[in-house]
Amino acid sequence: MTAELSFSHEIANMMYATHGNPITHCLQCGTCSGTCPAADFMDHTPRMIIGMIRENLKDEVLASNTYWSCASCYHCTVRCPAGIDIADMMYALKRYSMWKSRYKEGLIGPDFSESFVKMIVNSGKSFEPILATTYLPKFSAGQLVQEALTATGLILKGRMPLLPKKIKRLRNFQRMVKRIIPIGESS
Amino acid sequence: MKQYSYFPGCSLESLAKDYDFSTREVARALDLDFKEIEDWNCCGATAYFPVDELLAYTLVARNLAIAEKTGLTDFVAPCSACFKNAYYTNAYLKKDPDLADHINFALEEDNLHVEGTLRVRHLIEVIMEDVGVEQIKNKTSHPLKGLRVAPYYGCQLLRPRKDHEEIENPQFFEELLAAIGAEPVAYASKARCCGGSLIITNRKAALEMVRILLKDALDHEADVIATTCPMCNVNLEVYQDQVNREFGTHYSIPVMYFTQLMGMALGIAPRHLGIMKAPVPKAQVLVSS
Repeated sequence: MTAELSFSHEIANMMYATHGNPITHCLQCGTCSGTCPAADFMDHTPRMIIGMIRENLKDEVLASNTYWSCASCYHCTVRCPAGIDIADMMYALKRYSMWKSRYKEGLIGPDFSESFVKMIVNSGKSFEPILATTYLPKFSAGQLVQEALTATGLILKGRMPLLPKKIKRLRNFQRMVKRIIPIGESS
Repeated sequence: MKQYSYFPGCSLESLAKDYDFSTREVARALDLDFKEIEDWNCCGATAYFPVDELLAYTLVARNLAIAEKTGLTDFVAPCSACFKNAYYTNAYLKKDPDLADHINFALEEDNLHVEGTLRVRHLIEVIMEDVGVEQIKNKTSHPLKGLRVAPYYGCQLLRPRKDHEEIENPQFFEELLAAIGAEPVAYASKARCCGGSLIITNRKAALEMVRILLKDALDHEADVIATTCPMCNVNLEVYQDQVNREFGTHYSIPVMYFTQLMGMALGIAPRHLGIMKAPVPKAQVLVSS
């Protein structure tokens, strides 16, 4: 019987292919937070979220919008003096929160990612008019959120009719995907 | 004529068709032979990684495997997100046999096998490295004299860093613009993020990020912003109205793919570069000037 992993260890393990240093190397210098163009819109700055993970504050981390506000611009990653791939850590946190189905209420990010992946599994390609269509700018912020959710809902129901392209060897492609994640089976 | 495996990516089949047109036109004019990768699939942009990392790499690896099969060693992508995904998947495949084993097990379903042996580059790197400033200058028949262009590098073209290249203050985009006779605009935000997919998932944050870029380019009297990525182009161009509404600003600046500007300088008709369809009207002024 192995001992149960701490939250900070779990996150470390999720950074599977990260070639940077583990977050234990973090100096708490705040270069990431000063660099991050989205920091103003985060509940916790990148520096704070790393500190929270190290303290195993799992519930607080899972309730934070921080990693869902990351645009994957990698500016923090390239500037981190401790060599931590912080943007990749944000991805790891997104995955953790998706797998645990625990994230802050009202976020679009988790649905967006899920519908995006489903769309690609269904066709092999993504089609932006669903995701960043030119009609979106005409709507108010409230309508936009609605619009995104509607599109997401339609995709999830397989009813979005706007999929113009499919790859040719779609069957092979879908079997390939199934070798990685068993789609349609509950985890 | 040097041959390349060309990976257009999904955006270039829909919202960024003009980037695809202009890329193919410019490649032809520069004697680069782009062979589109057969039956390629979406690379996942930034949306797969939050779901499953191994799946994200596998989807990219399928395209690499098809490209490897052709025997061509060079892989070129005009989209920064596609480029970054292809570059790192290719590099990790070579470095991590365990990852390669997992992925090759999945690829068997499509009778493919991947090694990670390609040379993956972004379109602008291929143009600057394999054609070069001198050649571009020689082929420029219609120099964009007096046109002040803000080079917008964005993120994933530069980051994460691949080797030891300059990523805090790169100059290659400026050099390219100077080679086609334009005047590159110096401004601090040239590699600051446009918000990427936050435009969908966190609209408020993304609009602020776009606002900062537009303001900086306009404060430095840019006539046009040049991009190297469909996502950057869409965020900066299509969402200007929303920025104006949100912040009470009156920004209006054309945003064009660097290949459209290059195409004009190389004497290619604007209609072949997708320029006539540009939504910001100033682009029309630019064309007729």
